[in-house]
Amino acid sequence: MNDKSFDTDNPYLRAALLRGLVSRRSAMMGAAGVSAAAFLAACGSAGKNPTPAGTGATGTTPAKTAAAAQDMSDTEKVVNWSNWTEYIDVSEDEKSRPTLEAFMKKTGIKVNYTEDYLDNDEFYAKVRPLLEGGQDTGRDVWVSTDWMVARLIRQGYIQKLDFANIPNAGNLEANFKNVEFDPGRLYSLPWQAGFACIGYNAKATGGKKVESMTQLLTDPALKGKVTLLTEMRDTMGLVMLEQGKDPASFTDADFQAAIDMIQQAKDAGQLKGFTGNEYTDGLSKGDIAACVAWSGDVASLKLDTPELDLTLPAAGYTLWSDNFVIPALAKHKKNAEKLIDYYYDPKVFKDVAAWVNYIPPVAGTKEALVADDPELGNNTLVFPTEDVLAKAHVFRPLTAAEETKYTKLFSALTTA
Amino acid sequence: MAETAVLSTGSAVAPSHRRRTWVPYALLLPGLLWLVVFFVLPMLTLGSQSLQEGNVDDGYAFTGNVAIYAEALGRYWPQMLRSLLYAGVATLLALLLGYPLAYFIAQKAGRWKNIVLVLVIAPFFTSFLIRTLAWRTILSDDWFVTQWARTLRVTDLLQWVGLTANDSLLSSKFAVIMGLTYNFLPFMILPLYASLERLDPRLLEAAGDLYASPRETFRRVTWPLSLPGVVAGTLLTFIPAAGDFINARLLGNTQTTMIGSVIDSQFLRVLDYPLAAALSFILLIVIVTMVAVYVRKAGTEELL
Repeated sequence: MNDKSFDTDNPYLRAALLRGLVSRRSAMMGAAGVSAAAFLAACGSAGKNPTPAGTGATGTTPAKTAAAAQDMSDTEKVVNWSNWTEYIDVSEDEKSRPTLEAFMKKTGIKVNYTEDYLDNDEFYAKVRPLLEGGQDTGRDVWVSTDWMVARLIRQGYIQKLDFANIPNAGNLEANFKNVEFDPGRLYSLPWQAGFACIGYNAKATGGKKVESMTQLLTDPALKGKVTLLTEMRDTMGLVMLEQGKDPASFTDADFQAAIDMIQQAKDAGQLKGFTGNEYTDGLSKGDIAACVAWSGDVASLKLDTPELDLTLPAAGYTLWSDNFVIPALAKHKKNAEKLIDYYYDPKVFKDVAAWVNYIPPVAGTKEALVADDPELGNNTLVFPTEDVLAKAHVFRPLTAAEETKYTKLFSALTTA
Repeated sequence: MAETAVLSTGSAVAPSHRRRTWVPYALLLPGLLWLVVFFVLPMLTLGSQSLQEGNVDDGYAFTGNVAIYAEALGRYWPQMLRSLLYAGVATLLALLLGYPLAYFIAQKAGRWKNIVLVLVIAPFFTSFLIRTLAWRTILSDDWFVTQWARTLRVTDLLQWVGLTANDSLLSSKFAVIMGLTYNFLPFMILPLYASLERLDPRLLEAAGDLYASPRETFRRVTWPLSLPGVVAGTLLTFIPAAGDFINARLLGNTQTTMIGSVIDSQFLRVLDYPLAAALSFILLIVIVTMVAVYVRKAGTEELL
């Protein structure tokens, strides 16, 4: 409704989406990227003419290019899509996925939709041996988080998209166009973006609100019923923000301090565990009283389970994006591209956005949505306002050595 | 894997008095091949993998880094000890629950014998994972089990004993040990049944004729004769339970992590292959040592 509520050239959102796995050199360009974005925002009409990324240097140049398989798309009308759970529209009776059904009817391409992407590391571990051995993963398209896209590009595990098959790619929101993890958007197109925040089940907390990470990690009322995400950047980002540190510019000591805070909660028996996307089940049932959660998940689960609620902590929260990528040796690349193209039509994407409640990367979605459901247009999770975005933070890009070091510290927490 | 190792030492002793015939060796061949392909080779690979260094991006290379074993033990000894403890408790519980049932099936069930046996095996018709997930539903907070346990103050008792951390049953030591006991109970019952079934009732009558009390009869006749079943059952329960990674993950919390889940995460999430391989080897050595000592103590080598 209010045009100010979602400024497509919002500098905060733009800065946030720049995040990725890049070299230290390009990490230092971050500040320049932000001011460039701010400049574009001031001009008011950026995006019509996509400027090359302000950051020339990136660490995401592939070491080798991904091998392409012979494309069977024309003979086999199939596409195999792996996605996260709760990440697509579902019909009232929960038996079908309307936008997918419509795609199948329209194109005659059968979509094998599998919700087997529970967490980036786990999924990567699953497909890496196949990709490394030069084998087909059995998947034609999946949805990876920004930093994982950077890794997949660098290792030559994903293919460049053929934009001739994706004419609707022109509908990409300006904010998402030049991202550091995939300069020039050659390999990926965003599916959703959103926040990591605190989700809780009011029935299980005894009606109590959970408003900060400190409360989550220490409140005796939640003892043994708290889960954190195995996604390091989200869990650690939230804890660092709580401790007054910015995940965009933290030091080793800041990271360690956040690890210590979680370790303390763990030793005190506060934590039930670390989860990927499967936390949604426990949270709805009330076995998990409160947890680190992804904004859209909680918002869409709330439709079925009204006692759920989410808090965007006052200390700040993290922002991420998940992106379509096509793996090496995918057998139905063209069909996958047709699928992406289909979703980049705002008339289609609005149905997904209305259900998943994440930030839509397809321009025109808001206008299409507001016509259907004026109330949703005011949802600050889906169309974040300046205020909401101002507190959204980005985990800074890590060098390979930092990645190894921090992952080791964090995994010592999550695996033992 | 460990039980294969124990069993294979037995099969290596082949009679040699008919030297001319090659048939026994030919018959051994498929089994030996199986062992080489599915046990020896993976073990060697795992051994070499544990001594590699590197990272996921650049790949791993063999460096003979023996220090990884010290690092693995130093970091994960609590999970290792915990696994042995939980597996031990679960084995004991399975024995206490399984022995009377096996005895009943073998000696008293009569025409119901086959039906009860099928009931014992029935859970195997669904997958291990599904059965454990079912326990998650059964023990979840909004189900009647937890509600009743709260009403009857069982949850308070469990919390007081330290088996649970709060007023839930799920995500606790209690749930993990219970899951282990449940999942491996049939492995205890079946060998017990096999040895109790061979128990000659006339021996029990004879004990009675010699004025032995029922308790004395059990202690001096039934129990010693069922020992082969007890040894086999405890091994078949303890060994997989100690390496289990499903129960702790699905039914536990961050303080009930067992070594199996650590190995699983290191292999499949963190991708620290050398550490995972070293942990697997340590677990293998610990279990083989414990089993060897146990079998020797039980004095039943010839029964295996």
